[in-house]
Amino acid sequence: MSPEIRTNVISARLTRRRFLLRAVLPAVATGIAVGTPRLSAMARAVTSVTVIPASGPGAVAVTLNVNGADHALEIEPRVTLLDALRERLALTGTKKGCDQGQCGACTVLVDGRRVNACLTLAIATEGKKVTTVEGLAHDGRLHAVQAAFIEYDAFQCGYCTPGQICSAVGLIAEGRTRSDAEIREYMSGNICRCGAYTNIVAAIKVAAGHA
Amino acid sequence: MRPFAYARAHSADDAVAALAQNPGAAFLAGGTNIVDLIKIDVAMPGMLVDIGALPLAAIDVAPDGTVRIGALARMSDTADHAAVRSGAPAVSMALNLSASAQLRNMATIGGNVLQRTRCVYFRDVTQPCNKRAPGTGCSAIGGDDRKMAILGANALCIAVNPSDFSVAMLITDATIHLRGPAGERTTPFLGFQRLPDDPARDTNIGPGELITAVSFVPSSLTRNSTYLKVRDRASYEFALVSVAAALDVQGGTIRNARVALGGVAHAPWRALIAEASLIGKPAAIATYAAAADAELRAAKPQRLNGFKIPLARNAMIRALATVGGAA
Repeated sequence: MSPEIRTNVISARLTRRRFLLRAVLPAVATGIAVGTPRLSAMARAVTSVTVIPASGPGAVAVTLNVNGADHALEIEPRVTLLDALRERLALTGTKKGCDQGQCGACTVLVDGRRVNACLTLAIATEGKKVTTVEGLAHDGRLHAVQAAFIEYDAFQCGYCTPGQICSAVGLIAEGRTRSDAEIREYMSGNICRCGAYTNIVAAIKVAAGHA
Repeated sequence: MRPFAYARAHSADDAVAALAQNPGAAFLAGGTNIVDLIKIDVAMPGMLVDIGALPLAAIDVAPDGTVRIGALARMSDTADHAAVRSGAPAVSMALNLSASAQLRNMATIGGNVLQRTRCVYFRDVTQPCNKRAPGTGCSAIGGDDRKMAILGANALCIAVNPSDFSVAMLITDATIHLRGPAGERTTPFLGFQRLPDDPARDTNIGPGELITAVSFVPSSLTRNSTYLKVRDRASYEFALVSVAAALDVQGGTIRNARVALGGVAHAPWRALIAEASLIGKPAAIATYAAAADAELRAAKPQRLNGFKIPLARNAMIRALATVGGAA
């Protein structure tokens, strides 16, 4: 079937940005082969086949809840949460390091759990609550982890720091701060090329209330 | 990243239908593997079918004791689940020694089983690779083969499977539950992941099939299990060699044994020769060493990974001593 025919079938059934999966196409193709022109009738006939609407690959409307506020965006499905935060919402606290899940600079919290924003599609976070480093302070007061990082000098260049801080907030919520060894193991997803690990562990212990 | 369409499935049947009828589509669950592979052009799906909203994340214990782990259970949640920790400590350990805390919060059990190799040539689209582009050859053979296979490899592919979880599941005699266009089926975990006779096929999953769960029955054997992972750095790294081991020892004699190896083959490697060697013998270092030697007799090193043979031997001995004692 030519793309043009497929497009016509699809637009007859759904809005321009939504199209039926190819569930309908084998039946339609058969209809063409035997010379039956009643495409719309056949499209109706196969609506009992399970189909789910798809969006994209062009830009689609996506609402992201970030740091307590909803943001209506028009983004393609391929846009990662990291790029949506940085390039569309100007929340540049979340850093792009490796962009392949190997450094942790992009760590944010989704529904309270730490994840890599570089491997998360923004569209897949609709309906969830995203918290970035910009959303940790409240009423002009730093989050305990932020304050501890400053007090214990837990950084040098600072590039990995937002990811380290968000990861530490998740770590403390997970209760994985019972020893230095446990903190180190469960913070291993955040690489620090300056090697500030000693002070990072010290800051996390204080923020967790263990020091 | 190349563009793709996106659809959100609200039932497993929707998801299966969508994938079966769109040959260029792929499932999206945690995304830690597929999104990465799309970024580097190794995967080029025309559509991602997001299965994240399906009710497949539960971990249940049936009245007969069977532990059923839903395919969408997160690695972190699975590792910390009481039934998994007590029923098969090796499984919990393998999960917690995988990836990072962030990735374990994202990645799912089903996706873990289906994750693709970390072979550097598979991931580099400028290089020939029989797994990514069948018929183009294997760049790892004669190349940087330090992390490649020592068991079960062939002239087509010497890549290794990266999953720790799958290695540990092999010592539980686990079952994989699937749903596809033809309905539901179950298949043994052992054999689901393939050796490289057809390197493009990592597993025996069918077109349009979705893993819905994995399950195992805890026993005195699986409860006495451990997982040892050896790697280039102490955390957040794939295995050079790993060992899952379970022993049932009574009166100093090994009554039953399960051993599986990771980092050594195209699929997690159940060490059946070692198991046969262990049963009926005293739980002692000499027994473990003889079993390891028997299993590794078939090992064939590449140019740079000969170290994996003694490493696997020593790791097997240590893991077995952990669960069997070291008389």
